[in-house]
Amino acid sequence: MNAFFPLIAREIRLALRHGSDTTAALLFFLVVTALFPLAIGPEPAALARLAPGIIWVGALLAALLPLERLFGADYEDGALDLLLLSGLPPSLIGLAKAISHWLTTGLPLLAIAAPLAIMLHLPANSLTPLLIGLLPGTLTLSLLGTAGSAIVLGARRGAVLLPILVLPLAVPVVIFGAGAADPAQSPAGRTQSLLLEAAFFMFCLPICPLAAGAGLRAAGE
Amino acid sequence: MFAAESLSVIRADRLLFEAVSFSLAPGAALLLKGRNGAGKSTLLRVLAGLRRPDHGDTNWNNVNILQDREAHAARIGWLSHHDAIKPALTARENLLFPARVQGGDIDTALQRMGLADLSDLPARMLSAGQKRRLALARAMLGDRPLWLLDEPLNGLDTPSITLLTAALAAHRARGGIVIAATHQGQPLPGAALLQLAPE
Repeated sequence: MNAFFPLIAREIRLALRHGSDTTAALLFFLVVTALFPLAIGPEPAALARLAPGIIWVGALLAALLPLERLFGADYEDGALDLLLLSGLPPSLIGLAKAISHWLTTGLPLLAIAAPLAIMLHLPANSLTPLLIGLLPGTLTLSLLGTAGSAIVLGARRGAVLLPILVLPLAVPVVIFGAGAADPAQSPAGRTQSLLLEAAFFMFCLPICPLAAGAGLRAAGE
Repeated sequence: MFAAESLSVIRADRLLFEAVSFSLAPGAALLLKGRNGAGKSTLLRVLAGLRRPDHGDTNWNNVNILQDREAHAARIGWLSHHDAIKPALTARENLLFPARVQGGDIDTALQRMGLADLSDLPARMLSAGQKRRLALARAMLGDRPLWLLDEPLNGLDTPSITLLTAALAAHRARGGIVIAATHQGQPLPGAALLQLAPE
């Protein structure tokens, strides 16, 4: 158990040294979002209507980018054995990895979501629900992604398998998250969507680390 | 007391090894020999609790290691055939997390394998032999009671082999157990020999 926070520290140290991974996810998010006004046209009304969906799908796809290396690098260079021998139960290794993924990817995505939403003319009354929804939403994506990347470890074509496995599971996150920020949504509807988003996060919080742990054990065999 | 009882592993419908048994008292050492693919690395994974054997038991002081894998993990100094060195981190930074987990002093560990002068160099600048020494220094951190070493001599020059032999002897003098797989050299004088497949 006393290896939990040192493991998060190790992950962040590695992420800072490999800064390109986080930067790549952020740039991807930025570029994808910037492409939509070019494709749809610059009318503020049309963009505002689509903005929550664009932000959410962009954040989801950007969060997927670093997942392949999340356990993949440790699996290839033998460090996964050391993690499994660190005395932490595999599920806590999964949880520590999910927290690290969120701190190095989810949090930066959350930080640039506001300027991107304003760029897409999202009305001010929808901006707050968008950002509130992104907090549990990105956390859920980190949990689902961690479980997915642990499960595909050692599989051939794991990089192709990973999005196919994780994206369908992320459907509720996108529905509730984008629903809460829809400019046409009523205040009661917003609250409901945000509560459902939070509920889905609470559902994933215990299950995803357990699934990731099982995947790690199987990969270590 | 670390003991294995009739361990067998089947991989891809092929019997890798069968009925491997041994018993090691504190201070004892075991040298695994066998041709490539005889299952030396797999046996070490079984002994670490990373892999379940298809048959047989591994016991530490008469308790099966699979009953509490985390407790067994806390006894192990591990060196696999991979170095598991992160090239972007310095030699010292590579040992930060293991030192928190296993205890022990990073500088002492680096010194033990003759890496004190290289501690602040990014690991990508290290040679293959130096990386191997860094991985060995990591396995020795905290002087855990059971060292499982896969090809510890790989890529080491003569002075490093001397350092390693001395460290292994000191570990055994403290009552530690060493199990090493190797197909060359003899870093463990007086060790029991386990031949996995006829050469």
